[in-house]
Amino acid sequence: MDKNVMIEIENLTKKYDDVIAVDHLNLDIYEGEIFGLLGPNGAGKTTTILILLGLTEPTAGNATINGYNTTKEPIHVKKIVGYLPDNVGFYEDMTARENLRFTGRLNNLNEKEIESRIDSLLERVKLVDVGDRKVATYSRGMKQRLGIADTLMKNPKVIILDEPTIGLDPAGINEMLELIEELAREDNRTVLISSHQLYQIQKICDRVGIFVNGKLLAEGPIHTLGEKVFEDQPLTLELNVEPIDDKLVSLIQSISEDVNISIDDHEKIFIKSNNDIRTPLLRILSDNDYSVLFLKQRGRDLDDIYSRYFAGEE
Amino acid sequence: MSRNSLLVLYKKELADHLRSKRFVILLLLIAVTGLASIYSAASGIREAVSQEENDFVFLRLFTASGNSIPSFISFVSLLGPLVGLALGFDSINGEFNRGTMSRLLAQPIHRDSVINGKFLAGILVISIMVFSLGIVVGAIGILMIGIPPTLEEIFRLLSFFVVTIFYMSIWLAISQLFSLLFKQSATSALASIAMWLFLSIFVGLLAGVVANVIFPIDNASTIDMQLKNSNLELMLNRLSPTTLFSEATICLLNPGVRTLSIITVDRLIGAIPGALPFTQSMLLIWPHLVSLIALNMICFAISYIIFMRREIRA
Repeated sequence: MDKNVMIEIENLTKKYDDVIAVDHLNLDIYEGEIFGLLGPNGAGKTTTILILLGLTEPTAGNATINGYNTTKEPIHVKKIVGYLPDNVGFYEDMTARENLRFTGRLNNLNEKEIESRIDSLLERVKLVDVGDRKVATYSRGMKQRLGIADTLMKNPKVIILDEPTIGLDPAGINEMLELIEELAREDNRTVLISSHQLYQIQKICDRVGIFVNGKLLAEGPIHTLGEKVFEDQPLTLELNVEPIDDKLVSLIQSISEDVNISIDDHEKIFIKSNNDIRTPLLRILSDNDYSVLFLKQRGRDLDDIYSRYFAGEE
Repeated sequence: MSRNSLLVLYKKELADHLRSKRFVILLLLIAVTGLASIYSAASGIREAVSQEENDFVFLRLFTASGNSIPSFISFVSLLGPLVGLALGFDSINGEFNRGTMSRLLAQPIHRDSVINGKFLAGILVISIMVFSLGIVVGAIGILMIGIPPTLEEIFRLLSFFVVTIFYMSIWLAISQLFSLLFKQSATSALASIAMWLFLSIFVGLLAGVVANVIFPIDNASTIDMQLKNSNLELMLNRLSPTTLFSEATICLLNPGVRTLSIITVDRLIGAIPGALPFTQSMLLIWPHLVSLIALNMICFAISYIIFMRREIRA
């Protein structure tokens, strides 16, 4: 890729006593892309984010954002990075505007700038009508949107969102994702989203990384991930043809030496092999007048990633 | 840059305190008790003045107790800790519990501005309280007894106010420390109250017990033993800020006090009874002032170190 690297993580390691939260993580995130850091709870996603913000010190390795070392120059980093923590909280007895104004002042913006940003951001996250209401009266989804506005107050180059869709209803999730996508694409910001909700998040990500037990198992565009994660495991094809007879088995066997065929009670045929035999299989079946009702490659797609690492998390 | 963020945080904390119901309740409580004690002291002051020779009539307003109502200084000594504790017990853990801490620290500010801003704002609130109450009470005193304070009395009163601020801010520092050590605001409030009761009541009881164990006194004990016993008791008592405060205020508001330790009768022979000048009273309580300030700094320094090293997990 010829894009600029915005976030660079090298050999990042964080140990808590005996537990390794982040284990030699290497990752580059490019300017203007949406990167999804996906992993089950407790995988070390939040720890990684806190290191990126300079709020936690790594045990080893280092990370830079836009060239600034996150441990040594946290103030520079925090000037250009907007962060939405999971379970974001606001000062409940202040209004949305007052909360945003406070953030603006902490970022050393002048008062005029602050007011105009508040107006445009509230507009953007659709909270204009309730901007003068106390945050205590806000719903979960409204708070989350206010959180987005809050991260944008400093007009950041990079936005880091920790579990932005957690606790939202389906409509709220879609709204949130649209908002995130819009603010990355229109303003060319780099967005890092951490989540355990693989299905929702991958929709808007350019690339994702599967992060389990402190290790990055694979990263890349979502459709290439299955291959990477399950590289060294046999492929399973799920096949349903008509008719099923004895000749079928020997036909399939003739394609390659190392296939393993089994047929279950529902007349589904499972073919295990080490390489992709879909093309020769289909040719041989059609040549012999079998009609293929169903063919699916198992073990390398999102479903399998999901069931292997994420099941039982939600 | 960092000075600016400290100022922003300081202003916000100040506004929070002044707008909170907690502050109003505390102010009312202190004002009502203070006014009641001044009123009852002023009603009885005419007889007191005619009975004995006393140049410092105005100061007697603050030290004299009426028929059933304790004196102003004993109220301040009793309720002062409450003010400090109430202002600080949830200052840090409240921020964590509301989920605002990680958002706050993700702004380009130095981490210590948060705790510095909170402590300074607390001290300013205490100062506003002490000075406004002191001035109101003094003014009412002038109206009631018709005698204006002399210059020396004004100096003594102002010093008394400053000592009171140091005293209350120790409790602020203690409760802020507890708000760092305990995650729940309720726990830190209880711990602070326990500390208050221990230091203002139990230290006195324990000091007597410990002194009697180390230097037992019976009918046959020598004067030397008795002196050692009471000196030890006094020193142990002085570990508590309450004792330091009451000794310091007694010296400041009652110029007749010439010593704070035990002296034998023979040392008084030839002494001319009379009031100490202001500077001599100050000299007498200088160690107390230093201790009060040191206690503030120690408590704050411990909180500062803990806060700077604390892992910021959302």
